[in-house]
Amino acid sequence: MIIGMKKLLLSTVPAVAVIAILTAAPAGAEETQVKIDNFTFSPQQLTVKSGATVTWINQDDIPHVVVSDVRQFKSNALDTDDKFSFTFSTPGIYKYFCALHPHMTGIIVVQAATGSNAPR
Amino acid sequence: MTTHNDDHAEGPSRRKVLECMTWAGTGVLWTVAGGVPASLGIIDEAVAAEQKGFTFLQISDSHMGFDKPANPNVKSTLEEAIARVQALPAKPSFMIHTGDISHLSKASEFDEAENIIARARLDVHYVPGEHDFIDPEQKLYRERYGRGTKGAGWYSFDANGVHFIGLVNVVDLKAGGLGNLGAEQLEWLEDDVKERSASQPIVVFAHIPLWTVYPAWGWGTEDSARALGHLKRFGSVTVLNGHIHQVMQKVEGNVTFHTARSTAFPQPAPGTAPSPGPMKVPADKLRSMLGIARVTFKQNEQRLAIIDTPLQG
Repeated sequence: MIIGMKKLLLSTVPAVAVIAILTAAPAGAEETQVKIDNFTFSPQQLTVKSGATVTWINQDDIPHVVVSDVRQFKSNALDTDDKFSFTFSTPGIYKYFCALHPHMTGIIVVQAATGSNAPR
Repeated sequence: MTTHNDDHAEGPSRRKVLECMTWAGTGVLWTVAGGVPASLGIIDEAVAAEQKGFTFLQISDSHMGFDKPANPNVKSTLEEAIARVQALPAKPSFMIHTGDISHLSKASEFDEAENIIARARLDVHYVPGEHDFIDPEQKLYRERYGRGTKGAGWYSFDANGVHFIGLVNVVDLKAGGLGNLGAEQLEWLEDDVKERSASQPIVVFAHIPLWTVYPAWGWGTEDSARALGHLKRFGSVTVLNGHIHQVMQKVEGNVTFHTARSTAFPQPAPGTAPSPGPMKVPADKLRSMLGIARVTFKQNEQRLAIIDTPLQG
């Protein structure tokens, strides 16, 4: 009898585990970097999934300020080796530039997370 | 890409005093007599020869707080620049600072720069650079230098019959854009010069160049054409800028444009490097690429004489 119950338990566990993974996937799974150097954002266009956190790191020898075109996010002054992170929860196209050197521009493209349990 | 302007100067006289010139060498004194430039030889002779006329100084881009390889000691080079000022045989009337006084808009940086500049014992008229508006509330610059100014810090004053206008083109910058003056400031400017006689000499000073030096590096001002339009009727207009950390000069009709060296670090000539960042040069060459400028106005001469003096050489 006990053995029979164990078999039952074992057969249900994987299904539960799969469901758990699907619902957990969109939450803060990726971390992605944009490097700032030579007055340039690299990559100039970065595509991430919604829920991702993008980190800008300044490797230039002059400070820069990351600011979105519509002021949705703005960093402090980033001197060499300083970082700024922002989590993009909503899909869309986010254009940004450097507030000190506005000819420096970049784009973050945020795609909807995939998977049948993904929230709308 | 060069700064050569198109050859379309308007006006009754088509004399062109200078075509575009890029100054890269040591200090040469130019003066203008009857509209024709004449080189007066090396600085020391020229200083002795040149007498009357009212003189003021332009310094720029002290970037107090910068400490990277291009110049680990900007405090020292600013001190040297001010020592040069103190050593001038004839004391200038005042000094203009065309911005980027600090590097990160920290109170300590503003303090340190001010302490050193004060040793010159001259009145100083400032305009901000983009590095002076980095503090989160953008108020440190204005607290120190905003008294009597409008908006982000623009103002005008008269000295020795010359009308001086300090403009701010480093706020409300748009993505992908250049420097920006904005509608409110342009309206103020139009009003400020409206009643003035066209024969009054005008000196405009602002941080980012008011002519398009190199757009790929943001070296220009989006709406400067409108500002210059308001000044078009004046017989003598001198525009003094900083931001690019090198001397460039252009003459277009009645307008002379001049950018000054930094006292902190040089930047590359347009298009000669991947970016406009601080340019590292051999240590014994650094001071030849930093400096101050002296501007002299002589009665009845259309153009102000501008002398760029490096810290060394």
